[in-house]
Amino acid sequence: MKLTLSNNKDIWSGLMLIVIGAAAILVARNYPFGTALRMGPGFFPVVLGGLLIVFGLTILAIGLRQGESMAGSWSLRALIILPLSLVLFGLLMEYAGFVPAMLVLIFGSATASTEFRFVEVLLFSIGLTALSVAVFVWALGLPYPLIVGLD
Amino acid sequence: MDLFNNLIFGFSVALSLQNLLYCLIGVTVGTLIGVLPGIGPLGTIAILMPITYGVPPVGALIMLAGIYYGAMYGGSTTSILVNLPGETASVVTCIDGYQMARQGRAGPALAIAALGSFFAGTVCTLIIALFGPPLAEVALKFGAPEYFSLMLMGLVAAAVLAGDNITKALAMVVMGLLLGIIGTDVNSGMARYSFGIPELTDGIGFIVIAVGVFAIGEIVLNLGDPEERAVFTNKVTGLMPTKKDLKDSFWPIVRGTGIGAFLGVLPGTGPAIASFSSYMVEKKLAKDPSRFGKGAIEGVAGPESANNADAQCKFIPTLTLGIPASAVMALMLGALTIQGIAPGPQVMTQKPDLFWGLVASMWIGNAMLVILNLPLIGLWVMLLKVPYRLLFPAIMAFSCIGIYSVNNSPFELYLTALFGIIGLAWAKLDMPPAPMLLGFVLGPLMEENLRRALLISRGDPTVFFTRPISLGFMIATVLILVIMVLPAVKARRAEITDAAPT
Repeated sequence: MKLTLSNNKDIWSGLMLIVIGAAAILVARNYPFGTALRMGPGFFPVVLGGLLIVFGLTILAIGLRQGESMAGSWSLRALIILPLSLVLFGLLMEYAGFVPAMLVLIFGSATASTEFRFVEVLLFSIGLTALSVAVFVWALGLPYPLIVGLD
Repeated sequence: MDLFNNLIFGFSVALSLQNLLYCLIGVTVGTLIGVLPGIGPLGTIAILMPITYGVPPVGALIMLAGIYYGAMYGGSTTSILVNLPGETASVVTCIDGYQMARQGRAGPALAIAALGSFFAGTVCTLIIALFGPPLAEVALKFGAPEYFSLMLMGLVAAAVLAGDNITKALAMVVMGLLLGIIGTDVNSGMARYSFGIPELTDGIGFIVIAVGVFAIGEIVLNLGDPEERAVFTNKVTGLMPTKKDLKDSFWPIVRGTGIGAFLGVLPGTGPAIASFSSYMVEKKLAKDPSRFGKGAIEGVAGPESANNADAQCKFIPTLTLGIPASAVMALMLGALTIQGIAPGPQVMTQKPDLFWGLVASMWIGNAMLVILNLPLIGLWVMLLKVPYRLLFPAIMAFSCIGIYSVNNSPFELYLTALFGIIGLAWAKLDMPPAPMLLGFVLGPLMEENLRRALLISRGDPTVFFTRPISLGFMIATVLILVIMVLPAVKARRAEITDAAPT
């Protein structure tokens, strides 16, 4: 793959480290730094932030000279669907109960795959949800309502 | 003789029908949950902790310890079969174990892991009984400077092992240390990097980062590049290790046990450091180090023994000093407190049935694991045959239950989603996540010991080099860096000179 500025992973790694390091130091300015004898809560974060910037600059320099390009494609489909299913699961556990949360989570995350098959996944979701209810709620006694409002 | 009497006493406690049953339940359930990808020992214990509340203290601890070993072994199984480490220690097992599985040698890899763990378990039971009290005294002599230098050594060693790019690995260690700072500072009570979010004042859970980066990030990565993803179709031939496997594994198991037992006594070092160290030692000692990473059985035998030995010896500082030597041990101490027992040095003298019963049950639990797991390997291997399009939603499901059960709040799930995205970015940028995880766990401890060390020395940073044990760790840290960097430098130079004439 042709190496360009936008797919040079060392440049991006370096930039990421520098930004995080700088942000860490900026935020930590509000924490008392203390002295070497009595380290304040700001001491360690500032030192670490500084280290990150140093590593970031080193990697950036390497990237500018002879970096490596990123391999593979970004799966936008999975990148959106999977985090979304996690968030949905959290919300449904809170407001709808264990059974709907599990069904939506399993079925929903399965759609992230390009090999998604509707009937197979539907049956699998129901089966796995039933198994989870048996193992986690009935056998282990995790205190989650199966369906909110029903019990 | 004291040792003899103590052990006999311990076995008389552990061999009662009731305690045997608790041990069996713990080991079985622990393996069952631990084998689920994305759930490590920490998650497993967290999920199963409530079932021990109604059990008497000795039984509860025996059961929790059983769950712990079961989950450790279950985690190794998952690492070998599907390349998903449940916790940092299994990251090492993934390297060669998964390669063995891909070559159709999942059976031998699992069997060696079980046998190595059993050997380590047997030796460590004896070590705890024999050297428990004196060893704890050695660790007691460690001051803050020694702990800090030791952790520094561990982190550098882990970073050096993580990949070809040591700069990136070290940067990730620092990243982990920074993530570990998030939450309330124990000394000043100040909430750091919590951005006004109340849930963040407790810090980020280990499970959240581990599942987010290793499970979710990995799944997204696999789905994006279907051709690169785990191949589960290889035929599994021969479940039992060959004679050559056993011969190759014997010394790695012995060395791994030694490394794990030594590091296990020191609080603050996790099983990850033990397994990383063992892997490094085996790679260094191997006649042909290039086999490592391509399915070398030594790379499974050593680290697996080491992390089991470490896990078991972690009970020494935990039970004798009352210092949680790892996150899992913090949970164990929590369980003790729930049972109304104050952790600390007095446990050994005031509750000898608990201490020695637990020690004896460790051996029994390890024996049960072998008996339970060797015949069941076929069952675990069947996991290989589940198509990925169904396996990954199942991983998602169990991971979510595990994460939700930590605090029973959806906030951890939002964070996990975030770390999934971050994990994918790291993977794309070739930033190794394993050193980050280790930094994350050790972060608060390191800061605490740095602060204490500087307080002792009145702000003089040379304290790390003037105290002999600390100096030893520091020298070792530098040596590790120099030795591991040199070949890379040579290889790089060779590349450049090779390329130059053309």
